[in-house]
Amino acid sequence: MPKTSSSSSKVTPAEPAGPAELPVSVRLSVRKTYKLYIGGKFPRSESGRTFVADGDNVALASRKDARDAVVAARAAQPGWAGATAYNRGQVLYRIAEMVESRRDEFAALGVPAAELDATIDRWVWYAGWSDKIAQVAGGANPVAGPFFNISAPEPTGVVAIVAPATLLGLVSVIAPAIVTGNTTVVLAAGPQIAITLAEILATSDVPGGVVNILTGKYAETAPWLAAHADVNALDLTGVEHAELAAELERAAAGTLKRVLRPDAGRADFTADPGLKPMTALLETKTVWHPKGY
Amino acid sequence: MFEYAPAPESRSVVSIDSSYGLFIDGEFDAAKEGGVFKTVNPADEEVLAEVASAGPEDVDRAVAAARRAFPGWAALPGAERAKYLFRIARIIQERSRELAVLESLDNGKPIKESRDVDLPLVAAHFFYYAGWADKLPYAGFGPAPRPIGVAGQIVPWNFPLLMLAWKIAPALATGNTVVLKPAETTPLSALFFADVCRQAGLPPGVVNIVTGAGDTGAYLVAHPDVDKVAFTGSTEVGREIARTVAGTGKRLTLELGGKAANIVFDDAPIDQAVEGIVNGIFFNQGHVCCAGSRLLVQESVFDLVLESLKRRMATLRLGDPLDKNTDIGAINSAAQLARIKQLSEIGGQEGAERWSPPCELPDRGFWFAPTIFTGVTQAHRIAREEIFGPVLSVLTFRTPAEAIEKANNTPYGLSAGIWTEKGSRILAVADKLRAGVVWANTFNKFDPASPFGGYKESGYGREGGRHGLEAYLA
Repeated sequence: MPKTSSSSSKVTPAEPAGPAELPVSVRLSVRKTYKLYIGGKFPRSESGRTFVADGDNVALASRKDARDAVVAARAAQPGWAGATAYNRGQVLYRIAEMVESRRDEFAALGVPAAELDATIDRWVWYAGWSDKIAQVAGGANPVAGPFFNISAPEPTGVVAIVAPATLLGLVSVIAPAIVTGNTTVVLAAGPQIAITLAEILATSDVPGGVVNILTGKYAETAPWLAAHADVNALDLTGVEHAELAAELERAAAGTLKRVLRPDAGRADFTADPGLKPMTALLETKTVWHPKGY
Repeated sequence: MFEYAPAPESRSVVSIDSSYGLFIDGEFDAAKEGGVFKTVNPADEEVLAEVASAGPEDVDRAVAAARRAFPGWAALPGAERAKYLFRIARIIQERSRELAVLESLDNGKPIKESRDVDLPLVAAHFFYYAGWADKLPYAGFGPAPRPIGVAGQIVPWNFPLLMLAWKIAPALATGNTVVLKPAETTPLSALFFADVCRQAGLPPGVVNIVTGAGDTGAYLVAHPDVDKVAFTGSTEVGREIARTVAGTGKRLTLELGGKAANIVFDDAPIDQAVEGIVNGIFFNQGHVCCAGSRLLVQESVFDLVLESLKRRMATLRLGDPLDKNTDIGAINSAAQLARIKQLSEIGGQEGAERWSPPCELPDRGFWFAPTIFTGVTQAHRIAREEIFGPVLSVLTFRTPAEAIEKANNTPYGLSAGIWTEKGSRILAVADKLRAGVVWANTFNKFDPASPFGGYKESGYGREGGRHGLEAYLA
């Protein structure tokens, strides 16, 4: 996975203009350090490990980082789920605005313009779902008796996600999880893209801990999340090997996690996602109360 | 307590054969390897019938029959599938007294429950899902929802026929075919249901019933030609099934155990709350996954609630399940009775105080007196583990926040109860409880239109209502 190519694909500043007779001073660019994103902060891996990806040193997350991320996600969950749906919708819309303003940066990382368009539009699409999904997925139940009876969806809690490498793929797994009030621990495959997205999330009023992003080798960290007792659901969309996916699903069975399998029908991220990516991470709560004077 | 004369429901309404085969491809047939087991009446340990024990070959035959029947059943216009289900609902209504008596004989539950709760809900469930069969494109699961294929379904012994209805009705309405395994200790009502299917003229192979023990169920779950697994039962077995299914691409829904909190606030109507507490834990001998087995009482009304609860418990009538006055019937099996006894003894050993009203137990059969434990802490096993019997653990709290904290302090999340006169408190507490069903100022209410299922380790998926279709649609 890590490549050691030069960073030639990076934005290089233009040669400064100046009188021809003066000595040319070449300004050295300031490079970015790619760290993890946990609890709204950008720490290095507690293990001190890095790996090289496209010429950058990137944090190599450990199982301890994964556990720390679960703690951050759990701590953030009640507050995020307790925010109004209107508020969560605006926060997601703000993410779309921030991605739009960083188009150049993603383009420099090799994200095609069409994918960027689709990514921004996907945030906008999900932003609008925040205060509509409850009416579509729930409602009053006509029971045979004098009872008020209503079913409403609620977030399942903390979702561990093995994310696909592309920006659109990454956003297509994070957005449906968080729009309804879940918090996430994301194992990202494309580290520069993922951490650039993390910088956007950090400046989009997304509360710290709602999205936590770990870079590194998911085969190393995912088993710990799959078996973690404080993780409610596991999204395997980004897992490429069927054998590993099955192993992770077996590990998740120990705590009866909700599991989204890699073949959950989302390989084509340009297609209409439908409701499934949201509803798979929702619980239905049904409340009864008698009617009477 | 004043005396009641015996008021037994007549047994003659049901005729039980001495032996039953498996129901495969529309025919009753002995198991290939000839295995049988006995099913007994838990109220007197009398053998009711000998039932075939399905081996791997038999499950293979049942799955093959379901596979053969699938294309035809799935291709049938929804309106026609609906009419089969309506027929089944009507036949169940017509035969409901017979089936209620049968259920009480095989399960041990009081006739007033099998007659007034189980059977009406069974018929209603088929009636409800019948109506969905030709309306699936409007259910919100896409414009052209398709059935999944062959469903392997395993149901428990606490509500044998009702759980069968919860499994089979939505599966058939959506165009799937099924192989269902009833519990080892309560196979009879499923076999009578097979006869209902024949009476309804249901095409052979659409419903297949394989009886047997855990091995039969495990083989069915692992069968490569089963596309969808649905299980109701213990969390431990649920985990095993989830492991078996992992990596196969089979669809899975699980309805597992619970340890529900029933929360009584200081402003609750005490008499109503006590009725709810009694219903919550003593309905069906406490053999209920959503039973209100942890009573959380606000400290200021603890004495009042407890005194009232004890007074009410002293009026509960335990005995012959077929007696129309019986409140508490027989424990379903010797094994379950042993588990209830063991956990209750541990409750005492761990320091909780045990109380039961004076209660005479019959000499034969499996019985356990209604029991409460006070002085229970959250660390006690009787506050953490599902007992699945008429045993209530009583804890206290001071503030709503503490009640919510304690209620959610469990790996389970199936149901919960709230008792208070304050509407805003009901809504705020209901919002914070991590449970799939919340009963406010009522308990143990069920309806085919109302989704049922758990959070956390109580399983996943919902049964009932529009939500219940999702598990059977591709």
